Amino acid sequence: MKNPYRTQNIAFFFLFLATLLIVVPVGLIIVIIIQKGLPAINWQFLSDIPRQGMRAGGIFPAIVGTVYLVTGAIILALPIGLLAAIYLSEYSKDNLLNRLIKLAIVNLAGVPSVVYGLFGLALFVVFFKFGASILSGSLTLGIMILPVIITTSREALESVPQSFREVSLSLGASKWQTIRHIVLPNAIPGILTGTILGLGRAAGETAPILFTVAAFYLPRLPNSIFDQAMALPYHLYVISTQVPNVAEKIRYGTAFVLLALVLIMNLVAIIIRYKFRKRKKW
Amino acid sequence: MAKIITKNLNLWYGTFQALKNVNSTIEANRITAIIGPSGCGKSTLLRVFNRMNDLIEVLRTDGEVLIDDTNILDSHTDLVVLRKKVGMVFQRPNPFPLSIYENIVFGEKIHADGITRDELDEIVEKSLRDVLLWDELKDRLNEPALRLSLEQKQRLCIARLIAVKPDVLLMDEPCSTLDPQATARVEELMRELKSRYTIIIVTHNMQQAARVSDNTGFMLLGELIEFGKTHEIFTAPRDKRTEDYITGRYG
Repeated sequence: MKNPYRTQNIAFFFLFLATLLIVVPVGLIIVIIIQKGLPAINWQFLSDIPRQGMRAGGIFPAIVGTVYLVTGAIILALPIGLLAAIYLSEYSKDNLLNRLIKLAIVNLAGVPSVVYGLFGLALFVVFFKFGASILSGSLTLGIMILPVIITTSREALESVPQSFREVSLSLGASKWQTIRHIVLPNAIPGILTGTILGLGRAAGETAPILFTVAAFYLPRLPNSIFDQAMALPYHLYVISTQVPNVAEKIRYGTAFVLLALVLIMNLVAIIIRYKFRKRKKW
Repeated sequence: MAKIITKNLNLWYGTFQALKNVNSTIEANRITAIIGPSGCGKSTLLRVFNRMNDLIEVLRTDGEVLIDDTNILDSHTDLVVLRKKVGMVFQRPNPFPLSIYENIVFGEKIHADGITRDELDEIVEKSLRDVLLWDELKDRLNEPALRLSLEQKQRLCIARLIAVKPDVLLMDEPCSTLDPQATARVEELMRELKSRYTIIIVTHNMQQAARVSDNTGFMLLGELIEFGKTHEIFTAPRDKRTEDYITGRYG
């Protein structure tokens, strides 16, 4: 005879096991990076320029470069992505053009990041003559994270209950007033989630910045947005594969700083999101 | 005095005809009830009066709907002006996820530039007094509106609407989520409000229509079968279908 409780327990066990397996790699990455990287962290490592062919000194220029690049990418992608998401969720009708736009966004999300790099090189570095610069890199990263921001923002906007829109319109608010005063404030937490995801991706990608901005070795801070810059992911690649005899703790220390930086930037967005959720009086 | 007149009103959702040749005269400062079984078009008719059906893309109408002698189906109609004048209370109480205060001033903030805090305070007090909530809520104005009871929420929605100073109140089954006591109190409120507003209520509940309304229309399959004084509709209906419905033979 079949025992439904036994099969149920077996099913629960495998479901739980699969869930647990997700935690393991995350935990291990964090433990290994902290264990091997933390000893490298000191004030000099964070504030000094690289010395002795990047085998000593600090990684300050790479930290600054990554902060610039991520900030630039968000400044570019957030407004454009948000406005596009509002159009797609609130205004667009189901016609050929809009289906084409939605298809384009999905495909943009599927393009490999190295192709973005090549695209950025052709368009921003060469055609617009921005050169290898923070501007070119930010623009390339911005385009790369656009689909993430558009998709999550659209989901956030569409999850605002239709009844809120109806009431607002029925009280004589225009469509734009409804969006501005009712839909957007209720969608901000979701939009910020999209921003967090985009931010993490922009900070971590190496390929898109490879041809557009990243300097192999630049022991000073960039002077303007038309200047090249070092960036943490590329620096990590360089000291891990291109420069012989770099101490392990410097490599893991760099990875640790990259992780921490993304975490700190996410934390800021999470705090803003929390504030908005609290203000929303559910 | 006639406030709203519909003349040969027809409405289609795509190829489905939801309203068929509706002719009616809705009097000012009266409560008019629209009754009928589910899907008969009563909510659709209600949503013609503030053009909320416009949110549906495949909608088509013909005929005339005159409100104060202006045909609101005209394509030049300013929907913002129309909806300020013809407000709506929905089936499910739907306050915004804001404070009680912010809910009531929402319309005013949108419509009036540079309104002062004192003026807003005054509107909040007056609107809440009108719906008999002021004494209960005057010390809780900054609390989330979603924390209120269902009845309080629905009253708040009426207050939010009154704050915009409409002439006509459209009520789409406003008591269907409320218990009998709360329903009775909201009906009492409707009677108090009718001296200042023209009220049209769509309801499933025939007893409610009989209790609160002055005039009643009975709809079936998109047609307005019978329209007249409530006591006549309920005591001496002229049409066999009306009689069958109110005696509970279907519905």
